[in-house]
Amino acid sequence: MPLFDNYEPGDFFDEMFSSAGEVRPHYRLLLERASEMSPGEFNLKRGIAEKSYLNQGITFTVYNDKQEGTERIFPFDLIPRVIPRAEWEQIERGLKQRLTALNAFLYDIYHDQRIVKEGVIPGEIIRSAKHFRPEFSGFNVPKNIYIHVCGTDLIRDRDGRYLVLEDNARCPSGVSYVLESRMTMKRVFPQLFGRYGVRPVDRYAQDLLDVLQHIAPAGAAGDPAVVVLTPGIHNSAYFEHSFLARAMGIEIVTGADLVVQSDRVFMKTTKGLKPVHVIYRRIDDDFLDPKVFRADSLLGVPGLVEACRKGNVSLANAIGTGVADDKVVYYYVPAMIKFYLGEEAILPNVETYLSAVESDRKFILENLEKLVVKSANESGGYGMLMGPSATREEIETFRGLIEADPRNFVAQPVVALSRSPTWCDGRMEGRHIDLRPFVLCGEEVRIIPGGLTRVAMRKGSLVVNSSQGGGSKDTWVLDGGDAPC
Amino acid sequence: MLSRVGDSTYWIGRYIERAENNSRLLDVNVQMLLDFGRRSAETDRQFWLPILSTLEDTELFRQLHPEFTAEAVLDYVTFEARNPNSIRSCIGFARENARAVRDQISSEMWEKINGLYLYFRDGSAMRDFRANSHEFYDRVTYESQLIQGVTDATMTHGEAWRFIQAGKFIERADCTSRILDLKYHILLPNGEQVGGNVDISQWMYVLRSCSSMEAYLKIKRGDVTPWGVAEFLICHDEFPRSIRFCVDRLDGALHDISGTEERHFANEPERLSGLLRSQLDYATVDSIFRQGLHEYLDSVQARLIELDVAFHQTYCAY
Repeated sequence: MPLFDNYEPGDFFDEMFSSAGEVRPHYRLLLERASEMSPGEFNLKRGIAEKSYLNQGITFTVYNDKQEGTERIFPFDLIPRVIPRAEWEQIERGLKQRLTALNAFLYDIYHDQRIVKEGVIPGEIIRSAKHFRPEFSGFNVPKNIYIHVCGTDLIRDRDGRYLVLEDNARCPSGVSYVLESRMTMKRVFPQLFGRYGVRPVDRYAQDLLDVLQHIAPAGAAGDPAVVVLTPGIHNSAYFEHSFLARAMGIEIVTGADLVVQSDRVFMKTTKGLKPVHVIYRRIDDDFLDPKVFRADSLLGVPGLVEACRKGNVSLANAIGTGVADDKVVYYYVPAMIKFYLGEEAILPNVETYLSAVESDRKFILENLEKLVVKSANESGGYGMLMGPSATREEIETFRGLIEADPRNFVAQPVVALSRSPTWCDGRMEGRHIDLRPFVLCGEEVRIIPGGLTRVAMRKGSLVVNSSQGGGSKDTWVLDGGDAPC
Repeated sequence: MLSRVGDSTYWIGRYIERAENNSRLLDVNVQMLLDFGRRSAETDRQFWLPILSTLEDTELFRQLHPEFTAEAVLDYVTFEARNPNSIRSCIGFARENARAVRDQISSEMWEKINGLYLYFRDGSAMRDFRANSHEFYDRVTYESQLIQGVTDATMTHGEAWRFIQAGKFIERADCTSRILDLKYHILLPNGEQVGGNVDISQWMYVLRSCSSMEAYLKIKRGDVTPWGVAEFLICHDEFPRSIRFCVDRLDGALHDISGTEERHFANEPERLSGLLRSQLDYATVDSIFRQGLHEYLDSVQARLIELDVAFHQTYCAY
C-alpha cells in the first residue's frame, strides 16, 4: 500500500486509522483500492480532477487580494471522508432536532418572546443581536418557516465526538461543491463507487426546489415563478448560485433584473415584465432593499421588503434569521432545544464562554493565548483569533476589542479537530477537517447524506474556510453496515 | 428571457467576434511589414498608426506610450488590460458575460470561452506570442472561430442564441467596415501611384485581414482593384464577412427575436436594420466612390452604432 506507507495518524482522532497501520472497518475497502495504486497513478487522477474543476470554472473569489487572480479553484482532495450508516443517522437526528428548535426560536422571538419572558435567554442578547430585525415582529412568514436552508458546521474532538461549531442560518454556501465533487469522484474512481454503497446526494436541487415551491404565496397557485437572487458574478459564491439555478432549471437574477410595482415583484425580460413569486436569495438582509435596509445597496431591489410583507413574494431564508446564527445566541441553542422540544441536544455545542458575562470575560482575558475568540457575527474565518498561534500584537488587539464591546465576542477552547489522510506535496499526511451538512426545511426537514467536508490544507492549521486556504473532500455516507463488502 | 441575459449573450457574440478580427488584423499587418524591406521608426509609424486610427484607439495609446513603436502597438492591441478593446480584454469580457449566463449557454461553450481566457491569464498567451506571433494570432483566431462553431452546434437555437447572432453580425459588419477603412489611413509612399504596386499590395492586405483573399480571387478572377475589393467587402451577398451579408443576417436575427415578419418592422432596431439593409442591397460601387469610400464607411458605422443603442433600449434598458 504505497500511498499510505508511513502514514502517521498522530495524536488526534484520525478518521481512517484507529492507530498507525490499523484501518477503521469503513475505510478498509478504500485502503485496499489505494494499495493497488502507485503515487504516479494517484497523481494522474488528481490532475484529471483539477483540470475538470478549472475548465468548468468551479472557482471562488478571495477578498483582500489585490491581484487580478481573485478567482481560485477550491483545492480538492481525492481521499474521501467516510461516515458509517449508524453514525450518520445519529447526526441526522441531531440536525433535524436543532433546525426544528431554531425555527421555533425565530418564530418565538418575532412574536411573544416566551423564551425571554421565561428567563431562558436574556432579552438584552436578542435586542443587541446585530441581525435581529425588530421591524418584523408580529409578521407571519409563510408556513412559519424562517430558516429553509441551514448549514451547520460539525467538528469531531479528540475522542471522535461530533460537536456543533456553528450554525449558518442566513446564506450558507458550499453545497455546489458537494454535488460537483461527487461527480468528479465518480469519474475518477468508478469501480470503488460500485462496491462501496455510497448514498447518493443528487436530489438536493429537487429537494430545494420543493422547499421553495412549498412556501409560494397563495396567489401564485399552480406554477409559482421561483428565482435565485445573486449579488452577481463577482460574489465569492457566484458559481454556486449559477449552479443551483441550472440544477433547478430556474432563472438566476441580480437585483437589477427585478422591479417592484404595486408591491409585486417582476423580472425584466426581453418580452416585458414577468411576475416572480419565490426568491431564493443569496444576498444578506442588509443589502436586500435600499428602501428599508442599507440605502447604499446596489445589489437589492427597492420595494422588495414591502412586497414580502404584503405576502406577494416569499423569501428563503426569511428576513431576520441572522439572529439565530449570532455566536452568542449559539450558546443558548441547547437550552432552546430543551425549552421548545423538551429534549436534550443530540449534538452538543463546543464549550463556549461569553465575554458579556463578567466571570467568563475575566477567564477569557486571562487565557487569550489558549482560546479561540470569535466575533459574534463574522463568518468565513474573518474576525477571529486563534490564541495558540497568534502573535502578541494580535492578542492585544483582541483584548482591546473584547473590552470595548464584550457583547460581540465569544471564546472556545481550541478543539483538536479530527484529521483525515490528505495528499500534500506528494505524500499522504493528516489534515484537520470539519463537516457542513445542508439541512433543508420545507414540508419536512430533509438532509442529503453527508455534506461538505472541508479540510485545512496547511499543516497543523485548524482553519478550514476556503477564504483561508481550505479545501474540500467528498463525503461518503454508507448505505449498508460499517464494513462494506 | 431576462433582459440582462439578452444583454450578456449579445455581448458574448460581439466580443468573440472582435477578438477574432483584431487578431487577424494584427497578424496580417505583421506579415505585410515583412514585404516592405528595412524597418525604421518611419515605417513603424506608417504601418501601425493606421491600425490605431481605425480602431479609434489613438488617445489612450498616446497616454500609455509616449514613444511610438510597433511593439507598443502590438502589445496595446493584444494584451493591454487598460485598453477595453484589446484582444485580452475582449476575451475577458466575453468570459465575464458567459459566466453571468452560464445557465443559458452550453457547457461546451463555457469551457471553450473559459479555456481561451485561462490561456491569456496563465501567461501561455504571452509566451506563445513571443515565440512566434503568427502562430499565436492564428491560434486566437482559430479558438474564436471554434467558440462560434461550438455555439452553433451545441446551443439551442432559441432566443439567447439569436442575441448572440445579432451581436456577432453587428460586430462583424463594424469590423469589416473598419478594416476596409484602414486603407484610407495608410498613406501611399511618395512617388507611388494609385493602382500601382504598393497600392495593390495594400488592398490585398485588406482582403487578407478579412479572410477573403481566396474568395475574392475566385470571384474576380485574380484582378485586385480598389473598387473591386470595396465592392466585394461591402456589397457581396454571399461572402460571410461582407457588410451586406452581415447586415442581412443581423436583420434576420432581429426578426427572429421579435417574431415580426420579414420586410416589416415592429421596433426601432428592426426599422434601422431594414433601412441599412435596403441601402446595401441597392448600393453600387460607383455611388460609394462618388460619396467617398471613407465617408460611406463612416456613415455605415454611425448606423450600426444607432442600431446598437436602439437594440439595447428595446430589449434591455426599457
